[in-house]
Amino acid sequence: MRLFEQKINRRNFIKRTIQAILSLNVLYIFSSLLSNKKEGNTLDEWYEAGDINNFKNNHIYPYSSAHFYLSKIENGGMLAISTKCTHLGCAVQFNQSKDMFVCPCHASAFSKYGEVVSPPATRALDIYPISIQDNKVMVNVTKPIKRQKYEASQLTYA
Amino acid sequence: MNTAGHSKAFTKLLLHLHPKRVNAQSIKFTRTFGLGGISSLFFVILFASGMLLRFAYVPSVKGAYDSIVELQNEILFGQLLRNIHYWSGMGLVLVSFLHLIRVFYSQSIYHDRRKNWFYGLLLFFLVVFSNFTGYLLPWDQLSYWAVTIMANMLTVIPFVGDFLADMIRGSNEVSETTLLRFYHFHTGLLPLLMVAFMSVHFWLIRKSKGVTVANMENRETVPTSPHLLYKEMFVALIVIISLLVLSTLVNAPLQEKANPLISPNPSKAPWYFMGVQELLLHLHPIFAICVIPSAVIFFLIYTPYMKFSDLNVGVWFNSEKGKKLTIFSIIFGILFTLSITLFSEYWWNGTQLMPNVPSLISTGLLLALFYMIPASVFLYFLKIKYQASKIDLVMACFTIIMMAYLVMTIVGTFFRGEGMSLFV
Repeated sequence: MRLFEQKINRRNFIKRTIQAILSLNVLYIFSSLLSNKKEGNTLDEWYEAGDINNFKNNHIYPYSSAHFYLSKIENGGMLAISTKCTHLGCAVQFNQSKDMFVCPCHASAFSKYGEVVSPPATRALDIYPISIQDNKVMVNVTKPIKRQKYEASQLTYA
Repeated sequence: MNTAGHSKAFTKLLLHLHPKRVNAQSIKFTRTFGLGGISSLFFVILFASGMLLRFAYVPSVKGAYDSIVELQNEILFGQLLRNIHYWSGMGLVLVSFLHLIRVFYSQSIYHDRRKNWFYGLLLFFLVVFSNFTGYLLPWDQLSYWAVTIMANMLTVIPFVGDFLADMIRGSNEVSETTLLRFYHFHTGLLPLLMVAFMSVHFWLIRKSKGVTVANMENRETVPTSPHLLYKEMFVALIVIISLLVLSTLVNAPLQEKANPLISPNPSKAPWYFMGVQELLLHLHPIFAICVIPSAVIFFLIYTPYMKFSDLNVGVWFNSEKGKKLTIFSIIFGILFTLSITLFSEYWWNGTQLMPNVPSLISTGLLLALFYMIPASVFLYFLKIKYQASKIDLVMACFTIIMMAYLVMTIVGTFFRGEGMSLFV
């Protein structure tokens, strides 16, 4: 292309250098203005989901304001599953009759383990770390864990 | 001192955007359909109505929705003002898209107009981005989820996707930061950039001696005022009247206030992105968001730099044969896209048919090839049967891409209901 055919002489070199430095400068200022705002607040990191004895096996408990579902499976293992569909970020809802998480935007469906049952989503729903302290189930809602599929090691037991 | 001249400074400036005399052929309405002019008229209307809307709008999560409701219910002509802004915004996307198509088919993107085609594409991108940033501002369910979907589409891009999405949103989800950010893009930076690039766009038309005409040698010029001016004013009047009638009769949509906990069913992107959303329902996200759009953008930018032997600048579809081939491509594009849409909706479930193959291949590459191979065969057929030249084939390619997008937009907008299932 023309751009590269142009001969580089001293004048061009200096002009290009100044242009490059200036545009890098603008780019840097702009990207730091638009960078992610870090919130220093760590107090609400752990969300208290309730007493361990209140949860029945093979049940799904919604915590929509904290953007997760607590799924307790047959053997008592627990998963805190994010409501954010891994396809495009819509809020999935648990459909009781189908026993699946269903996304209203593009009809992706996930099992109660968060595994993909039908596309377009390609990976399982994110999970949040669970910690059990004094019989209270605590969920760390600030640290979503990305995963490809469900594995037994992801379960937390009382 | 020339006082008469000074007192008409503003009128004179506007008149000097045009040359003194223009080619008689170039001001025929069917030469350009006034599409570029209508686009700039829409821009002016949007600028004026947008400036007024700023007095009523509060750019915060708490205040945005209520300020729109108050504008509509309490302020005299508030609803009308919002409708005018909304419908001109939609009009601008539509008309500038038609303008792009007109310029392509009348071969007005080659030689010294290459640069202007590039600035035009840039302006079209700014138009769509402006419309999209404005989409969020009412902060209702429609806008909140449309923007959530679009921002998450970006995360699919390898390596830089997450960074880009966070940069647009300013946080991990659509929040007050996003709203403020979009507000400043929409009302500050983007209009400013558009004015700058529009100036260059117009100036480059002057530099290439006006719009393209079929027969450059046969130059019969007429004075711009009144010949061109009256036509422009007539078109402007028609557009303004239609816009006012539409804005009086049809209100801009406003749903419930945004609720981050519940996605409405179905959640759809704005209509000009419905084609991409439809593509996402069929194809693996990397193909739908990354590979195919980049290929189309590359095609659009690269086309004027290709070497053609028989360009016919200013002639619609290059020749009579080109016109015929374009009609074939339109028919092929519509029918083939429709059939492959139905095929992948009802019969081709890649992940179930081939559970051991990665979905990038089963729902991505294979499905893309299902489209590209027959399309290439069709192009080859045109080449053999009708001795189509390179320019004809490039036009056929462009036509198929446009038709595919059109069909997907229509299917996604009108034929998808609850759960995004077809024909509900």
